[in-house]
This record gives sequence, structure tokens and C-alpha cells, in this order.
Amino acid sequence: MKIGVFICHCGSNIAGTVDCAGVARRAAAYPDVVYSTDIMYACAEPGQDAVIAAVKEHGLTGVVVASCTPRMHEPTFRKAVERAGLNRYMFEMANIREHVSWIGKDMEANTNKAAELVRMAAAKLRLNRELKPKSFPVTKRLLVIGGGVAGIQAALDAAEAGLEVIMVEKQPTIGGKMAKLDKTFPTVDCSSCILGPRMVDVAQHPNITLYAYSELEEVSGYVGNFDVKIRKKATCVDWDKCTGCGLCTEKCPSKKSYDRFNEGVGPTTAIIIPFPQAIPKKASIERDYCRMFNQGKCGVCAKVCPTGAVDYAMQDEFVDVKVGGIVAATGYDLVDWTVYGEYGAGRYPDVVTSLQYERMLSASGPTGGHIKRPSDGKEPKNVVFVQCVASRDPSVGRPYCSGFCCMYTAKQAILTKDHIPDSQSYVFYMDIRSPGKGYDEFTRRVQEEYGAKYIRGRVSMIYPKGGKLLVRGADTLMGGQVEVEADLVVLAVGGEAAAGSPALAEKLRISYDGYGFFMEGHPKLKPVETNTAGVFLAGACQGLKDIPSSVAQGSAAAAKAIGLLSRNMLDSDPQIASVSVNRCVGCRKCIEVCPFKAIQEIDMRGLPKAEVIETVCQGCGLCNATCPQGAIQLSHFTDNQILAEVEALCRF
Amino acid sequence: MSRIDVGYFPGCSGLGTSMEYERSTRAVCRELGIGLREIPDWNCCGSTPAHSTDAALSAALASRVFAQGEKAGIGDMITPCPSCLKNLRAALEHLEDPLFSARVEALTERPLQMRHRIRSVLQVIIEDVGPAKIKARVRRSLKGLKVVPYYGCLMTRPEKLMRFDDPENPVALDRLLEALGAEVLAFPLKTDCCGGSFAIPARAVTPRLAGRILDMAGEAGADAVVVACPLCQMNLDLRQGQIRAGGVDRALPVPYFTQLMAYAFGLPEQEAAFRKLVQDIQPAFACMSRRAADIEAEEGKVAAAEAEKARKAAERAAKAAEKAAEKTGTKDAAADGAGKKSAAAKKPKGKADVDGGEA
Repeated sequence: MKIGVFICHCGSNIAGTVDCAGVARRAAAYPDVVYSTDIMYACAEPGQDAVIAAVKEHGLTGVVVASCTPRMHEPTFRKAVERAGLNRYMFEMANIREHVSWIGKDMEANTNKAAELVRMAAAKLRLNRELKPKSFPVTKRLLVIGGGVAGIQAALDAAEAGLEVIMVEKQPTIGGKMAKLDKTFPTVDCSSCILGPRMVDVAQHPNITLYAYSELEEVSGYVGNFDVKIRKKATCVDWDKCTGCGLCTEKCPSKKSYDRFNEGVGPTTAIIIPFPQAIPKKASIERDYCRMFNQGKCGVCAKVCPTGAVDYAMQDEFVDVKVGGIVAATGYDLVDWTVYGEYGAGRYPDVVTSLQYERMLSASGPTGGHIKRPSDGKEPKNVVFVQCVASRDPSVGRPYCSGFCCMYTAKQAILTKDHIPDSQSYVFYMDIRSPGKGYDEFTRRVQEEYGAKYIRGRVSMIYPKGGKLLVRGADTLMGGQVEVEADLVVLAVGGEAAAGSPALAEKLRISYDGYGFFMEGHPKLKPVETNTAGVFLAGACQGLKDIPSSVAQGSAAAAKAIGLLSRNMLDSDPQIASVSVNRCVGCRKCIEVCPFKAIQEIDMRGLPKAEVIETVCQGCGLCNATCPQGAIQLSHFTDNQILAEVEALCRF
Repeated sequence: MSRIDVGYFPGCSGLGTSMEYERSTRAVCRELGIGLREIPDWNCCGSTPAHSTDAALSAALASRVFAQGEKAGIGDMITPCPSCLKNLRAALEHLEDPLFSARVEALTERPLQMRHRIRSVLQVIIEDVGPAKIKARVRRSLKGLKVVPYYGCLMTRPEKLMRFDDPENPVALDRLLEALGAEVLAFPLKTDCCGGSFAIPARAVTPRLAGRILDMAGEAGADAVVVACPLCQMNLDLRQGQIRAGGVDRALPVPYFTQLMAYAFGLPEQEAAFRKLVQDIQPAFACMSRRAADIEAEEGKVAAAEAEKARKAAERAAKAAEKAAEKTGTKDAAADGAGKKSAAAKKPKGKADVDGGEA
């Protein structure tokens, strides 16, 4: 074998603490190395061209590039060696940036370590074989998890492009958080007026199948061919018969149920249609509050239903579908702000969340769009907004900025003035974060035209006194303490990953961060991909964002999914396991450890043997390490290749 | 009652401004079976002047207290004063750091050997004794007395150091006062600052902050503000003249919780030591007695009404049973009806008994 070695400077990233030319000189003496050089930027066009030219000039049959992490540029260099006429697997990469230059300053030690890593890569490369991918057909169907604005956008875009779309929504209606909002910033246009038609489009689009009040139960398979099991939760109402007339919700005698859609601003019934524009507009029973389930008798809804749709015995159902790609768009939830004892921890009824306030502002909300204090129903005159509640606060484990609160608080202050012209709003803020288009102008308008008083400082305490709430805080611009008498306090509560996000991520086999947000493939360059092929992200599940960004990401995820599913066949990764039937004793240990169900038992002349399903295997290597007989080998990472690396490292 | 034996650190205030706290604490602990062994030749914890000047010197003072405890074989001690508690605890925490500990040992020349624990009197009473046992010990109920519990800044904070109750909305004192029979009113300023030692560097601050607390207590309708901290007590009680000059006119007595416990346990005045308070508590007790009488009268009425209701229900049941018996003419039905009647009569009567017991 004729190996060429290229040591990348990465500008000063590597060359700053590694003697690249020295490493190249040492590499020239490694077995089978016939050409060795250092290079300014291996990934740039001149760098790639130099690699290709060297292959041709020196008749190289394998290439080692020592540069950054393979996560970054392995595909780049594989393509380059392919252009040079080699098989793409006749290439090895040594990571001397993340593993060497960035983590140590000792030039000599770094240079030694870099040289060792290059020696390992070259030793492994000597045993590399040419590998060829196989191709398999793609299921041209997309699953969208979550029916908020991001999911709706992704579903509509994909459906318009001709894909079949399955949408799964946990709640009885789609619309997500946006459906709860009264108006949107910075245009103050009606939220349900712009979202409503999109929701209707989802319901009516011939390419979209909607499973509301359903959750993802199981996912198996792989990119292009995922097998998905959907749990349709029992609504106790036959939605084929339900016409959404609402008679049942009028007659239901259990009138003190928690109204999830209205954030508990007013009570609701046990059988509900969440709101007038709900999609699907069908009734469902909340069993926790239903008398039939709790007291064993009632049956009023069943009696009044003109179509006989109520079925108390209904059980959860399961639907199995095959899809080629998945878009996760599960959104966010508000942080439980009652951890703040200094704000009353939920003991004071006139301290409400921003989302509850939206429902009070909304004409279709429980107060009919009239702002009323929950305690006595009176119209408030002084309204205090407290920003950064459970945002930018490490003491409650939420050090990040939620990003949208500054803007919605400004909007709510404007709406407060519109609803109650003689009211006065106060906004306690840390910084005003308004970097969007037209955003900063908006936060100025609320102060200059609507007279909201912005106080820069944190609120230390909220407590009731004489029928009002005293809000005590700091004014850091004036360098003093302030106390404001409020009739109503609105907490701009920050967001967190939707409940159950980590569990869903584990089902989808995608990564999530310490807060439960799903990890994108690359923070800059792969914002909607994940590290699992075929799974894409849209909206706040990836990180909190406002409506325009969520919609943009929804479209971006759809574009990625459309690109994937536009192909008839996909190449499978040839770096997979294979079983040597002569050595296999049929002990089934590999079948037990395989996380992808990629190994099956076959019968070979009366003997049980393991067999790898090539398209399912992800090449993780668990079976390889588990097999007591050494019967399983992972292509491109064979035992001999690993041992060659170890030997290269432990020569003395 | 099982005995609890602990070391006791009275704190300097206990010998002077909070003598009533000290005296009532000793009496109450004796009654609850908490054996107090005073730390021999203890010294000042260092208080604010020490820890705000030099952490090592402050910890050295605390360290000597623990060393004195060790001499008497005491590793577990309690103190009535939250400020002493905070200082002693902070010292123990700092001493975990070997470098800091070496600096302190160089000063004291007495390295600590034992594992030390220090808690407040309130914490031990509420956690080791508990409201049920306290209630059982009550001889003179505080029924009719409206109180607000005032914990001050330090009893539950800093949260990580004190590790006791909810830092913003503690309830230990609430539970304790309820066990004594008092009516505990909602009090949002439970942990607000009374002004602390600001009275010395910035005199105007303390009456303003203390006034805010008294004002809120008055507005809530309290007869008394119950405290657990000598400095809070002094600011709220002794400075009522200054507070009044600042425009807040709320003449409220400010007893320590241990004083009310001593009273409720039926201990003599020299142990409750109410006479040491600046603002007289007797008007509050007079209020309490009047209200207790009213409450009892009201409860009597309710009980009578309940009994009357039960009697009528029993009559109706008996009549219904008779009718049923006449109709069917079988013995079974009559027996069944009689069973119902006795059950109906029993239930409300049982409830009245419980009420009586509480009264």
C-alpha cells in the first residue's frame, strides 16, 4: 500500500501549538507511507486539490489527513479521495485539533501526541478494505410530531410538495401555544386569525392525516423506513360520529374541571371542545373530572348527544405506520414558576402568568376579552409586568434567556392600554432583548406612545396589602429601591422543553441537552438536522424561539425532509457488522444487546445462527464487542484494525 | 416523653436584652424533656462585627465555642438566637476547607475533634418534639388569640446554610402556634427584614422597616407579633416610639414563641417573663379571653343545632322504618329500618363528641 499523509495547520488553530512540519517529517518514516507533507488548510479547495494531485502524482492507494474532528470534515475528504479515483473508505482521519492543539499548550508534547495519532491512523489504513454501499427503497411519507405552528408549517410545506404527511398531536386540538395567544408582536395582529386558516388547511389537505389526542408510542427502523406506532388516546367520544355541536359541553354537570387550554383562568366542563376554532372540532372527555369515571354515574353527555357518539368504554388504540422521515416539533411549556417563594409561590390569585394573561386578553377567552382580577373580578388600573421569571436565573436551574418574553411583555403592555385606557403598566426588566425585524421599534413604542414605565431591575418580593399587591424591587438606573402598588401582576414566565421531551428523544434516538431541548446536528451549519439520519427538528423543541423563527424552522425542516424523500433509493452505510457463520454458535447474545433490532436468528441446516439485517444495522459495534466467539466483525473497524492501532500506540 | 439531651449556647443577648427568651426557653425545654447542658465558659459567637471584619477571627470565636463543647463531650448543640446560629453554622462550613481551618487553628491552638451540629431551639422543638406533643402539653389554650408569626431574615436563610423549612414561606412557627391553640393569620412579611443592626450605622432605616412589619401585622388584625430572634424582638418592641414617630401607630406586643409556650403550658409568670416586654401583652390576653368566650358560645350553638338536626333525622328514619314495616309486614324490614335509625343517630353524635373534645 502507498500511503500519503497530510498534516493540516488549520491556520494557527493547530500550527500554533503543534509542529506540523515536524509531524509530517516523522510520518514519512511510518510503514507504507510514501508521501508526507504539511498543508495550510486541508479542507479548502487548494488543500483538497493538493491531496488529489498527490494521489495521482505518487500513485497513492490510501490517504491520512490529520486535522479536525471527523464529525466536521470526514465527508469532505472522503469525497476528495473519491474524486482522486480511490474508494472513499481508503481514507483515515487523525483528530489533532480537538484532541491535541486546542487542549494543550506544550508544543513538544502536542507534536509527539499528534505524531502518535497519525501513526495509529496510518496503521489502521493499511488494513482498510474498499467498501461499497448498498441501496434500499424509501418510504415517501413524513411524520410530524406536534401540531403547533412549527409542525403545521412543516406539514403543509411537505404536503404541498406532494409528500404524504402524518401529524401526531398530544392535545385534543392542534394550534399549540400560538392558538392561546391573543395578538402577536410586533404587528399586533390577531393570533387565531392568522393561525386559524393554517389549522383548517391541515385538516382539509388531502395529503395530511391528523391524529389528534395521540402520542408516539414506539419508533424502530432507520432513515427512509421508520416503523412508527401511534397511540390514539381514548377520547370516550367516537370522532367519526361527533359533529362538534357542543351540546354535551353545555349540559355536562361537572363544571369545575381545570381548563388546560385557558391555563386555568376559568373552569370548564369534563367533556370539552377546547376552543371554538379547535381542529379537529370534536369533543373529548377528561376522565379525571368526569362523574361517570369518578362516581360511576351521570351519563348526561351520552343522553344529550344527538349522534350517540359518547362511548365511556373506549380504550386507547394503536396505529402502525411506515414513514421515511420524521420532523419533531414538540414545542415548549412554561416553567413552573411557583418555585419563587418571594412571588407568593402561587398563593396570591392576582399574580398570573403571561399565558394566563393572554387568555384574559383574548375575546374568545373565559373573560370574553375583559381584563379582570381573578380575586374579585375588578378591572385593574395598575398592572406590573415582571420579566425574566425563570429565565436567566441560575438559582432555579434556568440560566438561559427564553428570548421571546421581552417582546410579548411589550405587546401585553400595549394591549393593556388598549383594553383599559386609564391603566398604567410597569415593566421590571433586566435588559430589553429585541433583535428581530421591527422589534426594537416596538419596545420603544410601548414606552413612548403607550406610556408604559420600564424599570430596570429585579423584583425581590410581591405581597398583598390592603387589597392590592405590593411589588418591591430595585431600580438599578436610579440606584434605589422601588415599591409599586399593583392591582394585577403578570409574570413573564420563561419556557422549558415540553414535558416528556427527553423520553421522546430517546424513542427517536436523538440527543437532547441538559434542559431537555433536542440537539441539532451542528449549532450553526445543521440547525434542523439531528445526528440521527432522517429525523429533523422544527420550532421551540430545539431551543426557545418566537413565531417567525419557528415558522422558518418548520419550513427548513420540511425542505430537508422533502430533499431526503424526493429520492427513490438511499445508500446504506457499509460500515456495518457481519457474522461469520462458521464461528457463530447461536448464543443470541448479539440479538439481546443490539439497540436497533438489526440482528435476527436464522436456521442454517438445523443450527441457529445470527444474521445482520444490513439496512437496519447502524454499525455501533455493540454486538462486535459482545460476541464471545469473535464471530462478528464490524467493517472498517475490524478487530485487526483496532489492534493495529493499539500496537502502533504501544510500540515499546 | 423521650428525653433529648443537647448542648446549649444561650448567646450574649440571652444574658441581657432577651432575658425573657432565655428564661422561657429553659422552662419550655424542661417541660418538653429537652435536657440543656450549657457550654462551659462559652464566649460570644462574634456576631456581625466579627464576621463583617475578618472571617478567620470570626470563625476562631465560633471554633472556641465548639472546643469548649468538646471539653464537656458535647457535639450537638442548640441556640435560641438565629444570628448566633448563622455565625456558628457558617464557621462550621468554612472550617471544612483545610486551608481556612489551618488559619483558624493557628489562632485558637485547639483543633476540633468531634463532628459538630448546631440547630435552633425552634427547629428542635418543631422537628424533634413536634406539634402533637406540644398540643398534648397545653394547659391554657391560646384559643382566641390572633397572632402573626415573624421569622426574620435569618431563621431560614441563607437557604443552603440554614436548611430549615421553606426559605421564603416558613411554617414551623405557624404549626407551633396552632398547636398552642392560637389563630395564626396569613402574614406575607414573615421573612422581611426588621432593619437588623442598621439601627447603629443608619438609624432611620430600622424604624421604617420595623414599622412596615408592625403595620402589616396590625392590618392583618393580629393581637401580637410572635418572634424567634432577639434583635427582631428589640427592633419591633423597643422601637415602637420611633416607629410611631415615623407615622405607623400600631401598639402591638412582640412576645417570643417560647414565652407563649410557657404561658400555654401553665408555667408561672417568672418563667414566661412577660413583664420584660416593653409593649404590655395583657391587653392581647384580655382580647383573647373575650374572643374565646364568643367562640365557645358560637360553637355551643352550632353543636346544639347539629344535635337537633341529628335528633330530627333519627325521628324521620324511625317513622320511615315503621311505615316500611307496616307496608311489607315482615320483621326483616323493621329490623333493617332500626339498623338505619341507629346508624343515623350515631354519626352526628360522634362528631359532636369530637367538637367537644377540641373545645
